[in-house]
Amino acid sequence: MTTRPTMIEFQDVHKYYGDYHALRGINATIKAGEFFSLLGPSGCGKTTLLRTIAGFEDISSGAVMIDGKHMEHVPANQRPTNMVFQSYAIFPHLTVEQNVGFGLRREAGTTEEKARRVEEALEMVNLKGYGRRAAHALSGGQRQRVALARALILKPKVLLLDEPLSALDKKMREQMQVELIKLQRQVGITFVLVTHDQEEALVMSDRIAVMFEGEILQLAEPEVLYRRPNSRQVAEFIGVMNFLPAFVLGEAGDTVQLEVAGLGRVDIEAAQSTGRATDGTVSVGFRPETLTILYDGQKAMDRETPGTIEEVVYYGDMTYYDVRLDGVEKVVRISMRNVFGRPVLEYGSRTRVAWSAGALVLFR
Amino acid sequence: MKFPALRTYAYLYLLFLYAPIILLPIFAFNDGTIIAFPLKGFTVEWFRQMAANTTLRTAVENSLIIALSSAIFATTLGIFAARAATRFSFPGKAGIIGLIMLPLVLPEIIVAVSLLVVLLGIGVTLSVFTVILGHVLICTPYAIAILNTAFNALDRSLEEASYDLGETKWSTFRLITLPLVMPGVISSLLMSFTISLDEFIIAFFLAGNEPTLPTYIFSQLRFPKQIPMIMALGTCLVAASIVLLTIAEYFRRRGIAKTGGTDTGGFL
Ligand SMILES: Nc1ncnc2c1ncn2[C@@H]1O[C@H](COP(=O)(O)OP(=O)(O)OP(=O)(O)O)[C@@H](O)[C@H]1O
Ligand SMILES: [Mg+2]
Repeated sequence: MTTRPTMIEFQDVHKYYGDYHALRGINATIKAGEFFSLLGPSGCGKTTLLRTIAGFEDISSGAVMIDGKHMEHVPANQRPTNMVFQSYAIFPHLTVEQNVGFGLRREAGTTEEKARRVEEALEMVNLKGYGRRAAHALSGGQRQRVALARALILKPKVLLLDEPLSALDKKMREQMQVELIKLQRQVGITFVLVTHDQEEALVMSDRIAVMFEGEILQLAEPEVLYRRPNSRQVAEFIGVMNFLPAFVLGEAGDTVQLEVAGLGRVDIEAAQSTGRATDGTVSVGFRPETLTILYDGQKAMDRETPGTIEEVVYYGDMTYYDVRLDGVEKVVRISMRNVFGRPVLEYGSRTRVAWSAGALVLFR
Repeated sequence: MKFPALRTYAYLYLLFLYAPIILLPIFAFNDGTIIAFPLKGFTVEWFRQMAANTTLRTAVENSLIIALSSAIFATTLGIFAARAATRFSFPGKAGIIGLIMLPLVLPEIIVAVSLLVVLLGIGVTLSVFTVILGHVLICTPYAIAILNTAFNALDRSLEEASYDLGETKWSTFRLITLPLVMPGVISSLLMSFTISLDEFIIAFFLAGNEPTLPTYIFSQLRFPKQIPMIMALGTCLVAASIVLLTIAEYFRRRGIAKTGGTDTGGFL
């Protein structure tokens, strides 16, 4: 990604609701034209942070800058942002057309010009011909499109989306994810999306801020978040991660020497030691797909460890195996792509597991 | 069918409720001064008398002025109060709302007498305006109760969306909030109007020499000769009520249908 100018900047933003500390020192920058996500569990302050951008929430201290301008005394109706609400907030007494054109009331331009812009906006969200419908007679997916068109018609610098897909069923959601990505590329506007769905965030975002209890724990590209989570919380929130207790034997230059339960002596690179553990324990983590079950006659490319299959979960294209490595209490999860001609193994059978030191992440 | 006793009870109840109202037009057109069967001939004499009665006309005019003003004032105050109550939290909110709602349970005679004492004490002459004052006081709690429900049902993000799209607080209120609570506003206007129109005690104490419909009717009941005319008047009032209710209900339902909301119960 080329270097883009900064669009939004949070400078040590704090927010209190009475005694409750909802935002605890947010520092982050969102770049122009970026698809940015705020990801985190319920109640972590995602919506609150989004609303400080929109201007619906006053901050207790710190600063929010949009496009280089301090937003402290700029009310919501004068900010260069528009919002797609979680409930969509479609005006029920107006038609689709009137909803989409609502923001144009205060814009200069002739009636014909405005009608044309409404028409264009509807076309952009694939709702051509729905203009005269009553807004309350729309399906969930259609309401969402109306909300999008209504927010985008003003060509804001930033589009804010608060869990826009959470009310849709799975199929519709996946379809809208793709449409949203396309739409964002097409209009080139900075999108800030709030979601508690890690998959959605990974699929859609250029960068993701993972929030926990009013703080940003990690802000990075999806791939970095997935491969190099900086804490056990982030690792557990995004995808599945296996953890095994470990002991640091020594460090030499770029190498960290470890003794890992079940895996034995391992040398990893210092760059893999990104994680921080809040509770003082040391452990290594690895994703289920970085392990491979070895069939008879197969040889590991790097290292292998024997174990027993404790559980088999068959998903059609994938099979999850829970394997107890010899000498460890905990089972580790391994995901294997099912290949034609290769049988699914039964639980209880002995097996060998191939792994590689490069896929480990150290948390300490 | 299953409960014949309940069925009979329901019919008796309806009979008891509506028989007197059905008797009104019957005697209003009866050619006799005594309210009793058998009926005599058909006449419109009583309606003619009613139309020619100037005191009655003044009473009707006063009552309409009072009821309309009270309905508008009470509903306007109700809109402000209900909005404040549902949108903002401020110290002493529960206490203030409680005080406003108090006239709902306070005996009217106490409200009337204490208002009279205060008004006379500060030297206000009794007139139609003092009645309006009293009626606004007793109608406002009803207006707030109705409007609170309407404002509570309103999704807050609708107002935020409008604000987000560049409208001001005031234009948002006009373009979004008000149209969406309109069914509640109509119910509130109607409720306040009817409460005020047939209110007797406050009107009796605070009207001074001005007649209102209820106080005029009451004063005429002493003269048996006048009773058929009162019957004619009652007939007109019933007809007017039906028309008014029908129109209001029509607008209320249309408002609900337009916003696709669910009917939370009106008057009909
Ligand atoms: N107006 C408010 N008054 C008091 N507390 C609030 C208010 N709004 C939010 N909070 C609290 O602040 C915290 C963060 O809320 P927020 O809505 O930002 O969470 P969220 O991350 O969006 O969660 P969700 O995924 O459930 O929407 C929550 O604990 C919530 O209870
Ligand atoms: Mg939220």
